[in-house]
Amino acid sequence: MNVITVPSSLDDQSFEQVLEQLAPLPADARILIDARNTGWASPYGLTALLTLGQTRLEKPQLIPPEKDDTASYWSRANFFRYAEELFDIKGKVPTQRAASESGTLLEVTPVSRSDDVHTVVERIQAKAAHILTQNLHLESRAVLGFAMALSEACQNIVEHAGRGGWVAVQNYNYRRRMGKHVVQIAVCDAGVGIRQSLESGNRRPLTDRWDDAVALEAAVIQATSRFPEHGRGQGFKGIRGYLNKWQGKLAVRSGTARVAIVPPWDDDVVRRDHLAPMPGTQLFMMIPERVDR
Amino acid sequence: MAPQVIDVCAVLRSAVNQNYGNLLTRDTGMAVRHQIERELAANREGGITSLDFSRIGMMDYSCADEVVAKLLVLLQNDDLTRGGYVVFCGIGEEHLELVETVLEHHGLALVCLCEDGHPQLIGRVSEAERRAWEMVRVRGHAAPAELADEFGFGEDFVAEVLDELLRRRLVRRGQDAFLALDVADTVQ
Repeated sequence: MNVITVPSSLDDQSFEQVLEQLAPLPADARILIDARNTGWASPYGLTALLTLGQTRLEKPQLIPPEKDDTASYWSRANFFRYAEELFDIKGKVPTQRAASESGTLLEVTPVSRSDDVHTVVERIQAKAAHILTQNLHLESRAVLGFAMALSEACQNIVEHAGRGGWVAVQNYNYRRRMGKHVVQIAVCDAGVGIRQSLESGNRRPLTDRWDDAVALEAAVIQATSRFPEHGRGQGFKGIRGYLNKWQGKLAVRSGTARVAIVPPWDDDVVRRDHLAPMPGTQLFMMIPERVDR
Repeated sequence: MAPQVIDVCAVLRSAVNQNYGNLLTRDTGMAVRHQIERELAANREGGITSLDFSRIGMMDYSCADEVVAKLLVLLQNDDLTRGGYVVFCGIGEEHLELVETVLEHHGLALVCLCEDGHPQLIGRVSEAERRAWEMVRVRGHAAPAELADEFGFGEDFVAEVLDELLRRRLVRRGQDAFLALDVADTVQ
């Protein structure tokens, strides 16, 4: 049994540690994902962990967090509801209660069909309006853009992934880390990934170099889609435009690469190559509180 | 005679058989557009159809691309004698930016009835097209010869500009003049 240790704080950056531990193992290797010492997980951490479960040929084992409040949060966030199908869970899982977290905008929610996108947006819109205007102090028109960005991100799963994925949205008060409120959105799938999606439509750009990073830049930055129709590929452009307007951050990981649109308040790396492989596409957005009022 | 107004929200709910209020996803947009196309085809006697978006909550790019851009492309490529003139109304300020982005991307334009009740041209048009369209709108109808002096170019040039607006279905052709897309003409 190969033990994969989940970091104490699981987010889009630290999830790489999980993938690095997995990288040397074949897809059918028996693994135990040990989250006992995990005390915090972002929407990306939870949705990416589920996605990882989808990629294994042999059903992995999972030990939930030991801390009651952490395990309880994972339960309220709907993580275990879907994890039970993907993992052989070792140990007790807190009974699921209705999500009462004021910061939870959307619990972990599966996305595989167009209807799911409608459900996600309809469920979130009233609460999102309140949090974006009251906590993030954004103008009311930011709410429509938020719904648009969320919808387009989820549609990438429906249109391109070839299998279902998950979305989750959470509001945080990052007083210590950033001195402001933020909203985080994670949309993760274990589908074909961006490079294979573009290849399937013969939409590979005419460049000597062709790898996950080039494919990611083509899709995210240059709005290239596997579909040749003129209006396609505008989803990422719309997401970028929205995040740029509200100084938000976008990071998209696919295969062995990650590209990020980095706002002035963040110091993330714009492009990372040669990461540990992960099937599908994992998308992370963060919208910060507006402070220049 | 009932005015030809298509309530896009009603079409949405009928097309996807769900109680949705948001224009989201490409699949949904395609279903909505197909139903609008059928309704427009049933009303092709030269009248103007008003597409009412006022009950639509949210909209995304993919859906707007299907419902707005592809519909306009289809109408532009259709036989002019078959009618198919559309005025968009109830598009709130908050959605205008998104619709304009979609139109710009495709090089399209549409006539939109603003909240103040005045038609407005949005999307990609040349300066000459915008001026000619505005002149026709103010007059209600105009022939190239009537506009040539004010335009500052010859009648032939004005006629070319108006023909282009006609091709793009931003004005209509009357017996001796070009007509503004007046929503009062939505009566059959």
